Amino acid sequence: MYGLLWRALPGPAWLRVLILLVFAAAVVAACFEWVFPWVSEYLPMNDNTVEASTR
Amino acid sequence: MTTTASRPAPPGHARPGRRRGVGSAVVGVLGELCITAGVLLGLFVVWQLWWTDVQADRVHQQVLSELDWPDPGSGQSDAGPAVAPERRGEPPVLKEPATGEVFAKLYVPRFGDDYVEPIAQGVDKATILDRLGIGHYPGTAMPGDLGNFSTAGHRTTYGKPYHQVADLQEGDPLVVRTAKTWYLYRVTTHEIVYPWDVEVISPIPGLEPGEPVPELTQRLLTMTACHPMYSAAQRYIVHGELDYWAPVSKGVPAELLDAGILTEGVDGGDAGAGVRRGDDGKVA
Repeated sequence: MYGLLWRALPGPAWLRVLILLVFAAAVVAACFEWVFPWVSEYLPMNDNTVEASTR
Repeated sequence: MTTTASRPAPPGHARPGRRRGVGSAVVGVLGELCITAGVLLGLFVVWQLWWTDVQADRVHQQVLSELDWPDPGSGQSDAGPAVAPERRGEPPVLKEPATGEVFAKLYVPRFGDDYVEPIAQGVDKATILDRLGIGHYPGTAMPGDLGNFSTAGHRTTYGKPYHQVADLQEGDPLVVRTAKTWYLYRVTTHEIVYPWDVEVISPIPGLEPGEPVPELTQRLLTMTACHPMYSAAQRYIVHGELDYWAPVSKGVPAELLDAGILTEGVDGGDAGAGVRRGDDGKVA
């Protein structure tokens, strides 16, 4: 999987490393900004309110 | 080093170790997926335990700096704020504000001399508690009022305004400030309940919802936070009762001055840059 990605990238090794680093940073940023906040809505571990169990 | 000398594989013939079977290819991809999932889970933990605090602290600071409330009165001298006189009569009570509005701040000497957190109307998780700080249960009393001024706050993550809630001891001051009034509550009791035990925020704690409410005589405060830490199995509840109130124009409660808590000039510069409510549409 990652081997394929590595071979598909153009340029010398340092350029591929650079591209992958930028790509990884983008993935982390997307996770922090959108994915994790969305996921956390479905995880109850931070709930701190009392509310009627009917909800 | 000799690198070119040994190339034994004849053309068209699979070299051992280079070409793998379908099975090992599948296992390889599965392994890489597992590693990826592990890294993502680790990142989620980093996000939850660290980044949500970074983000929320930033927003809380900005919200506080945008409040633009008058500094406490300094009496005759210019030597800092005066000690506010303790008043025990009928306190002024704000009307319940619109959802999302930051209408009060909380100071708790037990939580440290740099502790101050905004209190906003509503207890919606995504828009209030994860973002603005402490939330006020709609429909419960406002600060100073008869009944039970009930609040919720995160004990871990998202700025964790109630992180040290379990350290509170009987008699500890909990100081709520609105634009013009100090309300000094003192801790009375704590309890650990289940998330559905809504009677802790009743006008008289323990009164089941729906029961007729007798004439109220006490001015109470309730804090709810998750319990145990990093879990939502139960709730940690702290109750307090109003000791006295004081007008902000007359000074600062002695309890805050004694603890060395700074209560004026929280001007973070650049006010109006816009976090209040709805800065990016996240808060309605």
